[in-house]
Amino acid sequence: MAEKRKILEVKGLTMDFGGLRAVDSVSLVVHEGEIAALIGPNGAGKTTFFNCVTGIYTPTKGDVLLHSKTGETRRLNGLKPNRVTEMGLARTFQNIRLFSDMTVLENVMIGRHCRTKSGIFRSIIRNKSVREEEQQIVETSYALLKKVGLQDLANEFSKNLPYGAQRRLEIARAMATDPDLLLLDEPAAGMNPQETDELDKLICKISHEDRIAILLIEHDMKLVMNISDPIYVMEYGKKIAEGSPQEIKDNPKVIEAYLGEETEA
Amino acid sequence: MLKDLKQSLIISAWFVFLTFPLMAVRVNTTEQLVEWRLINMLYVAVASFGLSYVWRYMLARKQARKQVDDNGNEKPSKASLLMEDMSFRYKAMGVLLVFALVFPLVFDTYQVNIMNLALIYVVLGLGLNISVGLAGLLDLGYIAFFGVGAYSYGLLNHYFDLGFWTILPVGGILSCLFGVVLGFPILRLRGDYLAIVTLGFGMIFQIVLQNWSDFTMGMAGISKIAGPGLFGFDMNITGSITYIYYIMIGLVVFTILITMRLRNSRVGRAWIALREDEIACVAMGIDMARTKLSAYALGAFWAGMIGVLFAAKQAYINPASFGFMESAIVLSIVVLGGMGSILGVILGAFILILMPEYLRAFSEYRMLVFGAAMVLMMIFRPQGLISNIRQKYEYKGNDLQEEIENG
Repeated sequence: MAEKRKILEVKGLTMDFGGLRAVDSVSLVVHEGEIAALIGPNGAGKTTFFNCVTGIYTPTKGDVLLHSKTGETRRLNGLKPNRVTEMGLARTFQNIRLFSDMTVLENVMIGRHCRTKSGIFRSIIRNKSVREEEQQIVETSYALLKKVGLQDLANEFSKNLPYGAQRRLEIARAMATDPDLLLLDEPAAGMNPQETDELDKLICKISHEDRIAILLIEHDMKLVMNISDPIYVMEYGKKIAEGSPQEIKDNPKVIEAYLGEETEA
Repeated sequence: MLKDLKQSLIISAWFVFLTFPLMAVRVNTTEQLVEWRLINMLYVAVASFGLSYVWRYMLARKQARKQVDDNGNEKPSKASLLMEDMSFRYKAMGVLLVFALVFPLVFDTYQVNIMNLALIYVVLGLGLNISVGLAGLLDLGYIAFFGVGAYSYGLLNHYFDLGFWTILPVGGILSCLFGVVLGFPILRLRGDYLAIVTLGFGMIFQIVLQNWSDFTMGMAGISKIAGPGLFGFDMNITGSITYIYYIMIGLVVFTILITMRLRNSRVGRAWIALREDEIACVAMGIDMARTKLSAYALGAFWAGMIGVLFAAKQAYINPASFGFMESAIVLSIVVLGGMGSILGVILGAFILILMPEYLRAFSEYRMLVFGAAMVLMMIFRPQGLISNIRQKYEYKGNDLQEEIENG
């Protein structure tokens, strides 16, 4: 396998909440074009790991490095979430966080915010360049809605969407920020098998067509094993395994982490 | 139906029982007599029965309407359909503007003066609408910014003899700066905490005005503030009131235009996103500090401008005009009218300010009616008189592309 360009590199990330070590020196690398997965039992620290990477928490120790397309390397520790997003890291949330009183299209338009510039003064003047930028935002957002199959619901309030559609809208909104890496926090949670199947296809499509690397947290093993490589496994804040789906399936530590209590019983 | 009647009967009987000692029995102490005013009981019974029945009917109707919504067959009301019709909108706006322009010619000075007061609250409401309605920053000390505007004109006019037109933008900008300075410490707060801190700021502002007598003249206030000039013309009282009225209309139109443009812009969308979900908003790359401060400062800007005009109109200001009551009224205007809706806020301001003026006869019950109206609003129309209509966007690129693909 040819050496692919690294996008996200996390070295020895540690996060303490008081005396509780939620994430314990976890290292992880996501390369260009990869769909990496982070799995583990509930409470293993996966979402905390995401929050550290995206700037919602400042990690206690360790480095979060982002290698941009131009070859620059930036350290993301302690940056505000909006700066992290500007650098090219977009995320979705485990418990859906849409802007419920805005339309579907507007939700995606918010994602374009950090890639556009008009400020207060120019918004008041609303000259030609501002109008063009606005139209550009609308067109890009609409194209993204088409990609996730929500174009017919564009003017609907996002709170009125069915659950699966809300999840897809979150992905579209994150994609609107032009990310290099997309972090999906349990995208298939609460979906029925058919919706999961569609999501499966959508994630592959994003990875192939848009060349966006993806890191996802997921409990749906079928989805994870189908699409992702490599897979990282966490338990009690520590990384216990990494490798291809086959390696993970056969790894005794992973089996113990997931099934350990049942073998005892 | 029958159940409703029965319930209402029980309620009216309960009210009769409760109010019996108050309304029916009167002890005449001079003649050592007990008067029985049983006719009062009849009034109470009939009134409580009627009110309770109407109440139940309204609740049932609200419930019925909600069920339609759940089925997904949400039918927009006729009014909102009319609102979306652009040609109707323009016509309505034209008629309103003409009416506003001829108003002082048709009505007498008293009416114009009352209208001036209402227009002040329209601008205040629109300003607060930016921070509360759009950005979701509950501000209970908003009137302080109004005070900054009024006092900057009052003081600059008193000490340096500066004119109205010079101070109008200066007052706005000063108040805007004041907003930014206050905004910084409260960036991390949200919801109730923000409300309490802004309430505190409002109080501090008023107390400083009251006690810094050397500079602000304290409770005595500043008097003989010059009215707005018109190329050196001298005007009588009627003339100057009419003149202020026209300035006011100009300012209102200006405010509406700018708020409208901002609401449907990149900045406005960021404000609304901030209101909806702060964490998601930040994760989508929106700078929270900048967005919050801009909403707060812009809201303050309008309050400052209209404050200058207020000082010019009254020719006298003192700290009593900038108390918590005023903040509460402006907030009620926004809530009553509909958060985020421009037309709603204008309507709310007219209702809340003009009603007490024209219902002078009931002035003793003003606060009672005010409170009752608010409670009823929250139960029957929590979104306000006019709910916010989101802009529809046109995406031509899509159609164009298909045309190209089809040949």
